[in-house]
Amino acid sequence: MKTVIVVGNGMVGYKFCEKFMAHENSSNFKLIVFGEEPRAAYDRVHLSEFFSNRDAQALQLAPLEWYSAHNIDLIINERVTDIHRDHKTISTASDKEYSYDYLVLATGSAPFVPPINGVEKKGVFVYRTIEDLEGMLAYAEKIKSRKDNGKAAILGGGLLGLEAGKAVMDMGLEPHVVEYAPKLMPRQLDSRSSNVLQLTLESIGIQIHTGKATNKILGNGAITGMDFGEDDTLEVDMLVVSAGIRPRDELAKTCDLKTGVRGGIVVNDRMQTSDPCIFAIGEVALYNQMIYGLVAPGYEMAEVAVNQILDNREAAMKKEIDMSTKLKLIGVDVASFGVPYMPADKGLSIIYENKTKGIYKRINVSHDGKTLLGGIMVGDAADYSILHQMYLNNIPLPDNAEELIVGARGEGGSAFGSAMDLPDTAVICSCEAVTKGQICCSVLDDGNESVKAVAKATKAGTGCGGCKPMLNDLVAESLKTIGKTVKNSICEHFNFSRQELYDIVKARGIKDYNELLDSAGSGGYGCEVCKPVAASIFASIYNETANRQETIQDSNDRYLANIQRNGTYSVVPRVAGGEITPKQLMALGRIAQKFDLYTKITGGQRIDMFGAKLHELPLIWEELLAEGFETGQAYGKSLRTVKSCVGSTWCRYGMDESVSLAIEIEHRYKGIRSPHKFKGGVSGCIRECAEARCKDFGLIAVEGGWNVYVGGNGGANPKHAELLAEKVDKKTAITYIDRFVMFYIKTAQPLQRTAAWLDKLEGGITYLKNVVINDSLGIADELDAEMQAYIDTYQCEWKEAVENPEIRSRYTHFVNSDAEDDNIEFVSLREQKMPKEWA
Amino acid sequence: MGLTPLIQGEQCKHNDIKTPIMKATLLHQYHTIAPEEVTLWFKAAPVSKFPKNGGACIKYKDQQIAVFNFAKENIWYACQNLCPHKMEMVLSRGMIGDENLEPKVACPLHKNTFSLKTGAHLNGNLNAIATYPVRIIEGFVHIGFTE
Repeated sequence: MKTVIVVGNGMVGYKFCEKFMAHENSSNFKLIVFGEEPRAAYDRVHLSEFFSNRDAQALQLAPLEWYSAHNIDLIINERVTDIHRDHKTISTASDKEYSYDYLVLATGSAPFVPPINGVEKKGVFVYRTIEDLEGMLAYAEKIKSRKDNGKAAILGGGLLGLEAGKAVMDMGLEPHVVEYAPKLMPRQLDSRSSNVLQLTLESIGIQIHTGKATNKILGNGAITGMDFGEDDTLEVDMLVVSAGIRPRDELAKTCDLKTGVRGGIVVNDRMQTSDPCIFAIGEVALYNQMIYGLVAPGYEMAEVAVNQILDNREAAMKKEIDMSTKLKLIGVDVASFGVPYMPADKGLSIIYENKTKGIYKRINVSHDGKTLLGGIMVGDAADYSILHQMYLNNIPLPDNAEELIVGARGEGGSAFGSAMDLPDTAVICSCEAVTKGQICCSVLDDGNESVKAVAKATKAGTGCGGCKPMLNDLVAESLKTIGKTVKNSICEHFNFSRQELYDIVKARGIKDYNELLDSAGSGGYGCEVCKPVAASIFASIYNETANRQETIQDSNDRYLANIQRNGTYSVVPRVAGGEITPKQLMALGRIAQKFDLYTKITGGQRIDMFGAKLHELPLIWEELLAEGFETGQAYGKSLRTVKSCVGSTWCRYGMDESVSLAIEIEHRYKGIRSPHKFKGGVSGCIRECAEARCKDFGLIAVEGGWNVYVGGNGGANPKHAELLAEKVDKKTAITYIDRFVMFYIKTAQPLQRTAAWLDKLEGGITYLKNVVINDSLGIADELDAEMQAYIDTYQCEWKEAVENPEIRSRYTHFVNSDAEDDNIEFVSLREQKMPKEWA
Repeated sequence: MGLTPLIQGEQCKHNDIKTPIMKATLLHQYHTIAPEEVTLWFKAAPVSKFPKNGGACIKYKDQQIAVFNFAKENIWYACQNLCPHKMEMVLSRGMIGDENLEPKVACPLHKNTFSLKTGAHLNGNLNAIATYPVRIIEGFVHIGFTE
């Protein structure tokens, strides 16, 4: 049995363990891992997520059980202090000694703090570990308790600095990013792209100061500002230093391993240091006279070291390391690959810049126009994967290289070939180093016929997930070559698409889930994916409420309320078109006060009441029903609201009565279950105050009638609705929307909004117009009749629940006790309440 | 470090009603019990109180246990009601089903799924949840504990 000691339990140190254990020769080795932080390895790349969820565990790369299950001794909270190369031992801060056969140094790096006068003051932080973040959070709270408009500066406008900017903004402080260079992300961006990024960041509230050299940190004990010389100062209450990294190579110095002039342990292409039994990987390793501060090269180094130790002397690091990066920085896509910028004698660039949309794209091509040398993308990096692959694989450029970034002229064309045109050696997943060849083999030779199966077999797409679109294409295309199509099957229990299942339920007259599972399922008990799909189909075909088959309903439908962060619920009664009487307003106020609910106006012009415990829901609804309210289905995949502006009834610009129409339509479609939620809007004139074009369907009053729009939404991928019909009368407009909604309900995929559905519909809006207006499929009468059946059979499911003792009895936390859930606690917030955070 | 006394009145009615329970304390209440370890069968409630093919929660001392009935074969499972992801008492309200015939429950908050046989987290790396043996005796659901 040989012993391998790993010093450092960061991302690369952990990856070494994972790859080591996955290797077939690892059984004769014992791994001992040291980490100086108080917790096991976590995902430092997504550190800023800690601010939104405060959940250190969610960042953990593997639970402690993983280490013990693999017989790895993980010793955390312990620093290795010395290496004794002659005896092959190490000693630790608590004076223990351990022997090794091989030693792997994965000590990473420490933040570099420039020697600025005053940098030791209170309120100056670095940004590297969860403990750093906790310190920052506590300090930010202190600032906020003293004043309302606290400011925090970040020293360094690189990748990490901008992430930190977002983090302090989330903490409720005004962020200021201070960069010494004249541009942001100086390694990855040119100045024009930096300007575009700066505009976008400033629009969301992050102030940028470039070209500033910090002379001095001001303040008496604690920081109060920064001095840039020549009377130029910035008042701040906190400073986060993010000015680069320094390798943690101090251990190498204790035992005379060769290190670089500016730090880092020198390694060869096998990751060996000047002592062949000692390896260095990750940010501490100096390879090709460079330190690589990215995860992907660190993982490759881990792989090489594993292979070297486990008897594959062939394994070696590539000469050229790809430093391309793509990330979503505070919601903005930023990517750079190859050589991002260069003087004109090295290559020529093609640049597209659109400051109105915050988009900048640049590609650099060789003088003969044949080779892609690199590029930059800000604001839209959708084409990054394919451009990056073209660069890595030296794929010859098309004649009109500009089409690579501005899109081909003419509809539907694309300058790109398919992902299948890439060579087999093209690395598709750089996190796990999986090539196109491996992915295609996994489909064709190993019989993995779904993306999920391929991901499981090859690990492709399991890291950052950036390669998933290409992975999908490769799997689909590979299947096509052997005459198979990717089945849109719902899950392992039903080998059908939603539309197929819809037809099966209808044709066979199936009434409940177990019958469906027996009749059309592939065995088993079902799952959280197919159950809600079936529930939606039953609701669509029989217009049944969520009460009848409650255990197949999704979380919110199960109890007809929206489950919130702490397991309590929120309640939203219908306020059609957003019109509400003072009497109704007072009733809502009285009921919310009685049950101590947090209230907020929703985006859909109604009132949400939060913090109801499960057993309180029927009590609250009993009172709401008595005041004449009905359920708003805010919990359902169904019609939410039809938003309206005040229209010609009050507005001096209004062309028609938008409120009346909104109320009519909201009552028409209320309660209808659909593949996903859907929303409507009605505006009284083209000023569009109801934002109808951001909705699944929208109506805008114009001279001579109503314009009908469909397929819009807000959310993560905002999309404006497309024009379905112009200047039609009210009755026609409603008929068209009826058919659109019905057609969507029958044909969409599970959880597909109308925008995505329309996007995927072959023929798009033109085809839809033909179906809805010209009845090209001959189904208009059927659609109209089905819609009318919904409208005729509507019932308020909360009325049903309150009045039916069996349904009502479901609303209890314990079935064997009347006690309440004592795990739920609230704290006060601006004179209302909110869920208590866990300690 | 001294604590500032709380201001009495309307504004702080949600504050510090009782000592906050720490995450760790909450979790440490729950340990998997194997059938052979059971020393006490707790008579929880009649079978009719539990939904078919779904879950309900029972109280045993200070613990909350989620109980699930796979009605097709009349198989019962029990586990902690606490989801280890966000530490909320919600698992009994989740949908049940199987992954390759391994019975599971999906948390209603974020759809983390846990095996009802082993407690293992099936779609991620969270710690396993505690599971408990269930017996049906004369129409009553009994849960196995060690004390």
